[in-house]
Amino acid sequence: MATSKPSAPRGRSSNNVAGNSGQSRPASRRRNRALWELRLYVAGMTPTSIRAFENLKKICEEHLQGIYSIQVVDLLERPMLARGDQIIAVPTLVRRLPTPVKKIIGDLSNTERVLVGLDLRPAGGWH
Amino acid sequence: MATVQTKTAKRERQRELNELTLEKVPTGIRGLDQVTHGGFPKGRTALVCGGPGAGKTLLGLEFLVRGAQLYDEPGVCVAFEETVQELTTNMASLGYNLQQLVRARKLAIDYVEIERKQIEETGEYNLDGLFVRLKQAIEEVNAKRVLLDTVELLFLGLSNEGVVRSELRRLFHWLKDAGVTAVVTAEAGDRGLTRYGLEEYVADCVIVLDHRVTEQVSTRRLRVVKYRGSSHGTNEYPFLMDNEGISVMPITSAGLTHGAPTERISSGVTGLDQMLEGKGFFRGSSILITGTAGTGKSSFSAAFANAACGRGERALYFAFEESPSQILRNMSSVGLNLNQWMGKGLLKIHASRPTATGLEAHLAQMYKEVEEFQPDVVVIDPITNLISVGNQGSVKAMLTRLIDFLKNKSMTAMFTNLVFGDEIEERAIGISSLMDGWLVLRDIPSGEERIRTLNLLKCRGMAHDMRMHSFTLGEKGITINGNFETIGAARAQ
Repeated sequence: MATSKPSAPRGRSSNNVAGNSGQSRPASRRRNRALWELRLYVAGMTPTSIRAFENLKKICEEHLQGIYSIQVVDLLERPMLARGDQIIAVPTLVRRLPTPVKKIIGDLSNTERVLVGLDLRPAGGWH
Repeated sequence: MATVQTKTAKRERQRELNELTLEKVPTGIRGLDQVTHGGFPKGRTALVCGGPGAGKTLLGLEFLVRGAQLYDEPGVCVAFEETVQELTTNMASLGYNLQQLVRARKLAIDYVEIERKQIEETGEYNLDGLFVRLKQAIEEVNAKRVLLDTVELLFLGLSNEGVVRSELRRLFHWLKDAGVTAVVTAEAGDRGLTRYGLEEYVADCVIVLDHRVTEQVSTRRLRVVKYRGSSHGTNEYPFLMDNEGISVMPITSAGLTHGAPTERISSGVTGLDQMLEGKGFFRGSSILITGTAGTGKSSFSAAFANAACGRGERALYFAFEESPSQILRNMSSVGLNLNQWMGKGLLKIHASRPTATGLEAHLAQMYKEVEEFQPDVVVIDPITNLISVGNQGSVKAMLTRLIDFLKNKSMTAMFTNLVFGDEIEERAIGISSLMDGWLVLRDIPSGEERIRTLNLLKCRGMAHDMRMHSFTLGEKGITINGNFETIGAARAQ
C-alpha cells in the first residue's frame, strides 16, 4: 500500500507534485475509480498558502485517501500558468479531475464548503 | 545687483513650479488631448465611466493602440468583459488591427474570466493571481500603458466585497508604483459616478462618457469631471466613433480669443466684392446666406469656394442636400468648373444626410473633416437641415462652437440657410447674430417673371453697400446689376 503523504511546500520547491499516484492505487480503493487531480495555486509561501495546503491535505487524507494528487503552483515562479486556469485570487484550488473543473478560492478553512465545492458532499448538505 | 538676484530667484521658482507640474502622456485620441490639456496624468490612473455602449472600452483600447503606434509606448489590456477574440473583432470594425500589434509585441491582452458559478469561496484570499498576471503581461511587452476593462466585474465574480475593495486599493497603488499610465473603465452608477464607487480610489482624472438618444437621434458626449493638478475643459464635448476611432470635438463656446485678421478675400462674385468696399470679406469671418428655395444660395457658396481654389487655397464643402456629383453638375451650369479643383486636391465635398445622425455628431464629423483637410474656406450648405435635427437652443450653442473653432483657425466660413416665404429675416435672426456677414437672396415677382435680388443686411467692420441689387445666374456665373431701383420703389408704395 502506497502511503507517501503529500509534503508541505516549502521554500522555492514550488511545483511540487505530491500525494498518492494512481498507478500505486491499492485494490481496496478501486471502488472509487476516479483519480483526483488537484492543483493549488499560491503566490509565494505565505502563511495563507501554507494554511491552505495543510487544510487541503487534511481533507484529502480524510476523504480521498490514496486516489488524489496535489500539485502546488507558485505563481511568483510560474506566472504564465495563471492565465491557463484563469486564476485571479490566491490561494485557488482547482479540481482538474474528475471533470468538470471546479474552483475553490481561499485558505480552505471551511471544510464543509470545500467538500461541497469538490462535489464530495451534496450542496444541500449543510444546515 | 538686487534686481539680478530677484530675477534669478524668480527663474528658480518658475523652474521648480515646472517640475512640480503634472506630467502628462498624450492619449493620441483626436481632440481628447486638447480637452485634457495634454493627455492623461503620466504614471497615474484615469477613470473612464459611462453607461453600457458609451464607448469606454473603445476609448481605453484606442489609448493603448495610439500609444503603441504613435508614442512607442506598448500597452497591456486586462479584459474582464470581452474575450481577446471579441475585442479584436470589435476593434477591427473601427479600423484597428489588434492582432498585428500583439504580434509586434506592442500590445498584450489578457482576458480574465470570472465565472461566479464555478467558484466556491472559503476562507482568506487575496488577488495576487491578478497582480501576477498583470505584472507578467507588462513585462512581456515592456508596457507603459495599461487598460483595465472593466475591473468592477470583480465585484460580481467574488462575494467578499471587503476583499475586493482592499485589493483594488492595493492594485491602484501597485499601478502607480509600476509607473504605468493606466485607464480603468467603470459602469455608470445611480448614486455615484460609478456603480461601485471606483472614483474613491482613482482620484486623479475622471472622465464621463454619455450616450443619449433624443428624438431618435443619438449623441455621444464626453466630459472631464475631475483632473487633479491640472486645468481642463469643463464642457460636455460631443464625440464620434467611426471607422477611424474616436474623435472628440474640443470646441468651447467661450472662444472669443481669436484674432481679427484684416486680410480681405474675394467672395468669388465681382459685383459682390464691389459691394464690400471692392475688396471682399475679411478672412476668418463667417457669412450667412439666407433665401427661399432656388434663389441661388448654393451658387454663391460654390463661387466662393471656386475663388478660394483659384487662389490656390483649400476649400471644404459640406453638402447636406445634394451629392457631390449633383453639385458639380449644377455648378457647371453657372460657369463653375469645380471638377478641376477636386482633381488638384484643393476642393473636398463632404456630403451626408442631415437626418443620418444628430446635430452634434454632424458637427463632430465636420470638426474632424476640417482638422484633416485643413481648409482655408469652409462652406456649409445648407445649415437649415442641421437645424431641423436639433432644438433651437442646442443648435445655437453648437453653431457658436463651430464658428469659434473656424475663427480660431482663421478659416472663412459661408453658411447657407433655406427659409420660407416672408419669414426670411425672422427665421435667421437666431443664428444671424453669430455671423459677421448676412446676405439675403430673394426672388421677387415682376410682371411675367421673377427677378433675383440680393441684399447685404450686415457686414461687420466695413462700409458695405446696403442697397438691394438684382442679379442673374448664367453660364458666365453670377452677375450683379446696378442699384435695383424699381423694387425699392415698389416697396415704398
